[in-house]
Amino acid sequence: MTKVTMTINGKAVSGEVEGRTLLSSFLREDLHLTGTHIGCDTSQCGACVVHVDGKAVKSCTMFAAEANGATVATIEGQANEDGSLNVIQAAFQEHHGLQCGFCTPGMVMSAAALLKDNPKPSVSEVREYLEGNICRCTGYHNIVKAIMAASGQDVSAIAAE
Amino acid sequence: MYAFDIERPATLAEAVAALSNEDAQALGGGQTLIPTLKQRLASPEKLISLTGVAEMKGISSSGGVLTIGGGVTHGEVASDGSYKALSDLASNIGDPAVRNRGTIGGSVANNDPSACYPAAALASGATIVTNAREIAADDFFVGMFETALDEGEIVTAVKFPIPEKANYQKFVQPASRFALVGVFVAKTADGVRVAVTGASNEGVHRWSAAEEALSKDFSAKALDGLSVSADDLIADLHGSAEYRAHLVAVMTKRAVEAAA
Ligand SMILES: Cc1cc2nc3c(=O)[nH]c(=O)nc-3n(C[C@H](O)[C@H](O)[C@H](O)COP(=O)(O)OP(=O)(O)OC[C@H]3O[C@@H](n4cnc5c(N)ncnc54)[C@H](O)[C@@H]3O)c2cc1C
Ligand code: FES
Ligand code: FES
Repeated sequence: MTKVTMTINGKAVSGEVEGRTLLSSFLREDLHLTGTHIGCDTSQCGACVVHVDGKAVKSCTMFAAEANGATVATIEGQANEDGSLNVIQAAFQEHHGLQCGFCTPGMVMSAAALLKDNPKPSVSEVREYLEGNICRCTGYHNIVKAIMAASGQDVSAIAAE
Repeated sequence: MYAFDIERPATLAEAVAALSNEDAQALGGGQTLIPTLKQRLASPEKLISLTGVAEMKGISSSGGVLTIGGGVTHGEVASDGSYKALSDLASNIGDPAVRNRGTIGGSVANNDPSACYPAAALASGATIVTNAREIAADDFFVGMFETALDEGEIVTAVKFPIPEKANYQKFVQPASRFALVGVFVAKTADGVRVAVTGASNEGVHRWSAAEEALSKDFSAKALDGLSVSADDLIADLHGSAEYRAHLVAVMTKRAVEAAA
């Protein structure tokens, strides 16, 4: 076991991990931050996306030991300070960007990473960016619409097909 | 996963020393190795993470040669832009989260028969730099998942001479997003090189008949009538060997038309 220390959602945390402990397991099992979901555990679905040093990564495909010293952001830290939904989360609610909600933490974290790099993406840029985020429920249209709305763009012309 | 320890050396010398232990294995971005470990297809006692090695980071360009550190991520190559065809290729590997972790060193060392970078390295006539030597791409990619690397040898950089014109065309395998067939075409003063990935049981390889035709006349028309044999090509549920053979010719034409 080795000791790791990182800053998660602004708080310094530390813990003991094995070499094989995934970042997703450390978050969920040791820190009980279960908002980060495990959909596939095979690097395909993106339900486990978190930010490490500002970059979106699949936490099921990174070892906790590799995040030693890093700054990590998870879905639990996304709400505004007063606890209200942030712009992206509110847009998902407003535009029905979720049904069961299983993929949503990863979708929101990917969307946040996209909008940080590209504050006014086109619809096709949003779709391309979500390549690694799978949703079994919504058919994606409303997710794309929510992210476009969160970027402050007019979504009245985007059909909810 | 079986249990193992992780070490994170800060220098290349420490990483090389740590990998001299025969039960140790290099860890790049982990985007191939972690799924492999989860399936218990590998059982190293120690992983030597290369993500903290300063000498393997960074991209630099001088005298028409682009040098990319072995620890540079696909995402960093995608946003570099000084060799456009290569940045375009990198920007289509997997998805953004995979690109934020996966490295060029890991990709060429792994030499997956459907991976993208090996085609770029072979077509560009790149040089693979290791802690011990420099290896021409022509000698580096030996066969499916096989390279000229010795046990414990680390890819520290890949040097790409920037061609006059180049392009990579990838026909995406819809489930994995790897190349069902990918073709990289590079034109230099010395002629044209064409490298094919995804198609062959032997892994990445050059298509010499197309190279000859394109060196005389760099146009899609020069490829009319040329085809590759389906012998030894990969056949699986995504496409037969004949289908892949057909795609090689189609993707090569498209790459020539798009080359810039
Ligand atoms: C969902 C998904 C989609 C993908 N799509 C594509 C795609 O479209 N095209 C594509 O080409 N690839 C694709 N990949 C693979 C990805 O590009 C990997 O990043 C890459 O193949 C391996 O690089 P890595 O740094 O992650 O290496 P790792 O997974 O850490 O290591 C892979 C192997 O290389 C060795 N190794 C790592 N670094 C070095 C080094 N510097 N020197 C020597 N040996 C080293 C390791 O010991 C291991 O054997 C995809 C992966 C995923 C998960
Ligand atoms: S759980 Fe990590 S990608 Fe699916
Ligand atoms: S809302 Fe159910 S998986 Fe996306």
